[in-house]
Amino acid sequence: MPQTDLSAYLPIALMFVLVVGFSVVSLFLARLVAPRHPTPEKVEPYECGIVPLQEPVQRFPVKFYLVAMLYVIFDIEIVFLFAWAASFDDLGWYGLAAVGLFTFLLIETLVYVWRRGALDWNLPRRRRYQRAGAAAGDAERTAA
Amino acid sequence: MVELVLFIIFGLAALFGAVTTVWARNPVYSALGLMLTLFSVAVFYVSNGAQFVAAVQVIVYAGAVMTLFLFVIMLVGVDRAEDRRENLPVQRPLALGLLVLFGAGVLVAGRFAWVTGAEGGRGAEGTVEALGSELFRRWVLPFELTALLLIIAAAGTVALGLFRRGEAEGGDEGEAGEGEEAP
Amino acid sequence: MSLLERLFANVWFTAAVKVVAAFALLLVAVILLVWIERKIVADMQNRIGPNRAGPWGMLQTVADGLKLLFKESVVPRKVELGIYLAAPIAAMVPAFLIFMVIPIGRPFTIGETAVTLQVTDLNIALLFVLAMSSLAVYAVVLAGWASGSKYPLLGGVRATAQMISYEAAMGLALVPVVLLASAQSAGDVGLGTMSLSRIVELQQGSFRWMIPGWFVFWLAPSFVLYFIAAVAETNRAPFDLVEAESELVGGYHTEYSGFRFALFYLAEYLNMFNVSALAVTLFFGGWLGPDFGLPPWIAWVMPLFWFFLKTFLLVFLFIWLRATLPRLRYDQLMDLGWKRLIPLALVWLMLFALVTAFRTWGAPWTEALG
Repeated sequence: MPQTDLSAYLPIALMFVLVVGFSVVSLFLARLVAPRHPTPEKVEPYECGIVPLQEPVQRFPVKFYLVAMLYVIFDIEIVFLFAWAASFDDLGWYGLAAVGLFTFLLIETLVYVWRRGALDWNLPRRRRYQRAGAAAGDAERTAA
Repeated sequence: MVELVLFIIFGLAALFGAVTTVWARNPVYSALGLMLTLFSVAVFYVSNGAQFVAAVQVIVYAGAVMTLFLFVIMLVGVDRAEDRRENLPVQRPLALGLLVLFGAGVLVAGRFAWVTGAEGGRGAEGTVEALGSELFRRWVLPFELTALLLIIAAAGTVALGLFRRGEAEGGDEGEAGEGEEAP
Repeated sequence: MSLLERLFANVWFTAAVKVVAAFALLLVAVILLVWIERKIVADMQNRIGPNRAGPWGMLQTVADGLKLLFKESVVPRKVELGIYLAAPIAAMVPAFLIFMVIPIGRPFTIGETAVTLQVTDLNIALLFVLAMSSLAVYAVVLAGWASGSKYPLLGGVRATAQMISYEAAMGLALVPVVLLASAQSAGDVGLGTMSLSRIVELQQGSFRWMIPGWFVFWLAPSFVLYFIAAVAETNRAPFDLVEAESELVGGYHTEYSGFRFALFYLAEYLNMFNVSALAVTLFFGGWLGPDFGLPPWIAWVMPLFWFFLKTFLLVFLFIWLRATLPRLRYDQLMDLGWKRLIPLALVWLMLFALVTAFRTWGAPWTEALG
């Protein structure tokens, strides 16, 4: 029988303290026993042995941002689905219909994003989509 | 008693996180401060018996939304020294005034029962099953509207993130030059 | 009341004992896991593997850990110190916390006090696991960013995109489990269908004839989806692009050395153990298994035995995959996650919900037609 009161979270707090304590103590211990001889070469950022020629890139392709945004969308979906699944028995066909509509809209989102090439990490393939899109855009413009 | 102790500890943590979010010069530290605040709020949910909401808080906010923020920060590039010039001359007095107004609002609103809920209002335990029934019966319309909101979010992301159709060719090469293949 | 009973009736005492026991158990499990993996991979490659430290080289991991303790921890010049130091700890915390909600044996009683072989029995256990694994992303992205160096940054961002993609797939693959648990506990609503102890209980009895009532027989596609997502989520081969040594040196922990690196390593293996244990609990009946009519003083060991045997078999699958499959390319990885696993998981969920609904309530139109 699962607990719902606050005492169920006591072990979690204790484990958190224990793990953090273990990590800190062991790192401190390592500091005591391990040698420390930093040399200018040693503390350079790793670059396979050569002198680093340039700073690490500070900017990233916008695609990573797309993935994170899609993840937010699907995470919300998952949370709703869990709430529905937990009371599946209680809600009956009605609940299934409600979630079915929701899921349909979500699949539609996925299809849209997919068709627009946002899920394509393979560059040649995305170019193909965009070329087709550009052609369609030109056609629209000439028609107008 | 336990709840009071938790409230004090995590209330302070939430405040500390909020202050860090505003104060930190490095946006990554700001993001971490915000995460601390969100996490403390999750602890409040747990201590009020709303475990499901707490889990959602951690999964959606501390997990997904903060990852998105970190990505955005890395996307625009982390400038180690933030420009802290203030563009609005009345910024500080305005903020102070709003703070007083907000504090007064909270104090006044706290006197109404519809804000604070019933006296000692803990109610039923927020089990997932109870919440599911409520969500899909009474609040089914907002629930479906969420799906629409998510579609708009996805469409907006694609519109902002990918290049517009007409500019596909030129944009692509520029993008490839930025080390598209590398990460 | 005996002294032991009185002690276990105390919340603090029980919590402390369980937490320390779970911590020790996880450490021992990781030590054995690393050794087992090295031995198995060695066998698959016609090598001997570690065989010097202890019997059959069993203490090799301990020796390695001690070695790392005595190694210099270089702190590179350009690190963002606070976050750089905190990242290994941030990797450890979720790895240890996930295991807390997994039941590893049958509950027993001392006198009248019930003791569960599970650190804490949350009613939202499954969501707790998802929450913790979404926090595990931070260690990677922060380690990569704080190192102030090329390869860690690339590895960190790459890893984050990979982990969140497969996190979504993993979450979707687990929804049918809750659904089935809810359908099977008909009438008992409110007992917590996301509690892992409850899910194990529901898998008692049999599916057909001799076949046990494990959820995997209903939800085989879910298990496959979950397992693929779990391999990617733990950054194991063939999804180990995070530390693809041929392109990224060591990925996000390139700049970590000494015991800081050991903590990352520990967390990685713990995660592998955790996702296997979770799969066993959700799909393979957890600690359930025959006890062959053994006398009670020894029969209590059997659930533990079954739990660890099943978990080990899944871990073996992980190792087998690593020894067999070559690494994916990054676009293949993202394609698999977003274009295969997520749509499949959604379709399978709807299909399963429809079938379960028909089986539970009959066709929806019968009611309307009278």
